[in-house]
Amino acid sequence: MPAPQIDIHHIAKLSRLALTDEEAKRYEEQLNRILGHIDQLSSYPLDAEPSAHAMPVFDVIRADVARPGFTQQEALSNAPRRAMDQFQIPKVIE
Amino acid sequence: MSLASSTIASLRQRLLAKEISPRDIVSDVAQAIEKQNASIGAYLSWDLEKAFAEAEKADLSLPLGGIPIGIKDNMNVTGEPCTCGSKMLAENYTAPYDAGAITKLRSAGAVPFGRLNMDEFAMGSTTENSALGLTRNPHDLERVPGGSSGGSAAAVAGDLAVATLGSDTGGSIRQPAALCGCVGIKPTYGRISRFGLVAFASSLDQIGPITKTVEDSALLLNHLCGKDARDSTSLDVDVPDFTAAIGRDIKGLRIGLPKEYFISGIHAGVSAAVKAAIKKLESLGAIPVEISLPHTDVGVSTYYIIAPAEASANLARFDGVRYGHRSTAANDLLEHYMMSREEGFGPEVKRRILLGTYVLSSGYYDAYYLKAQRARTLIRQDFEKAFEQVDVIVSPTSPTPAHKLGALKDNPLAAYLEDIFTIPANLAGLPALSLPCGTADEGGKALPVGLQIIGKPLDEMTVLRVADAFEKA
Repeated sequence: MPAPQIDIHHIAKLSRLALTDEEAKRYEEQLNRILGHIDQLSSYPLDAEPSAHAMPVFDVIRADVARPGFTQQEALSNAPRRAMDQFQIPKVIE
Repeated sequence: MSLASSTIASLRQRLLAKEISPRDIVSDVAQAIEKQNASIGAYLSWDLEKAFAEAEKADLSLPLGGIPIGIKDNMNVTGEPCTCGSKMLAENYTAPYDAGAITKLRSAGAVPFGRLNMDEFAMGSTTENSALGLTRNPHDLERVPGGSSGGSAAAVAGDLAVATLGSDTGGSIRQPAALCGCVGIKPTYGRISRFGLVAFASSLDQIGPITKTVEDSALLLNHLCGKDARDSTSLDVDVPDFTAAIGRDIKGLRIGLPKEYFISGIHAGVSAAVKAAIKKLESLGAIPVEISLPHTDVGVSTYYIIAPAEASANLARFDGVRYGHRSTAANDLLEHYMMSREEGFGPEVKRRILLGTYVLSSGYYDAYYLKAQRARTLIRQDFEKAFEQVDVIVSPTSPTPAHKLGALKDNPLAAYLEDIFTIPANLAGLPALSLPCGTADEGGKALPVGLQIIGKPLDEMTVLRVADAFEKA
């Protein structure tokens, strides 16, 4: 199997990263080299069930009761912009 | 001997004998920081007045009463910065709550003091990926301290801290501990709450201490471990008294030597130091047993699929809305996301977000992430089989001693390949410790070498027992 080729502009958009042209070129080269290495897994015999993590802990459910959380002001305390006690974002609907 | 260069165990004795006060310790640590941080760069910030106020109130009857602990800058401490070594969080973030590990430290009487430098969002193994400053190895200021918990290790090694907390996703506690010549342990996955630790790769991340001695690591583990309802992956299991591992012999313990780990390509000085360490363990009565971990060769590939994949999802939260950097150049919401993240994240973080997004993107999930999860199972099974024959496994922590600053900067793949010995313990969730085992000569300097000791799941006790016996011999 040939080494994979990354479509860096597509992936950057999915990643929500506005790369510069210079960055796009550099990351494309570097990622293709890294993918060329990790592609060893594609031809490797992997006869095992997948494990999401190492310990046998599944579906942890807590009691459905209220517990303490942030106040509104605490939750807003690190917001770069806020208005009327809410997070402010750029206008979405004209 | 300065207080900052003392162990927790000796400081506690002196506190209880009323020879010194908690304020004296904080003051001594602060003096060491004032004097040396400009050259070592271990700390990003520290709040002396706050630490003094907390030290004055410290309850000496508690097991860690009055001991200041430096904190890696990715764990939330109420009212303090938590930059993760990133521009994304450097400008305007103040932690509104304590991480679970910090709550635990406080309830044992310890005083969190100082914020330690790290590779941005814990991605790296040199601390050079920090956007906020360079950290240097106290043993040679022209060399890296390792990473990502480079500030945590350099502070302990340079006697700018009594002990510190780090986090370890692929070796980020053990490798800097090895390169700086101190003790660092990553406990079993789930031992310590990650609530309030800024998430990197959630199936791998674990908090642990970096200390001057094995006994201090045992002491800290006693008070860091335990179930936290706010981290659903934290384990609801008994926490033993880990200090019971201290001062015991290791006669008859079987020490596994994975043949895949003792390969060419390891620095000659590292190889010699580790071989001498194995001889020493043998002289203490341990029995070396050659074992095989046949899937070692896919460890790095597996890790560099799983960790970036999880990181790309975890770091999606940095959207410039609720916290973190917000671009002022954007005209609409999509641009707002793309510009805020572009400006806030540094090169290694972008590289891993891109890699992680790619391996999870439509059409590639089965080819990468699912395969990596199957490989993780095989790697874990390798260890399960090996631990039928042995009590612990030993290896070098890092294939090389500390590199010169900048040596790996333009070659991310070469840097990733150096994680070969530390990554498997994260993938398999196993406890693993690094402690000093002599030096390797490089460029006319004697640089510290770390011996890694890996244990069975939840068997930190035997890991600490072997490490302590080795340290004291």
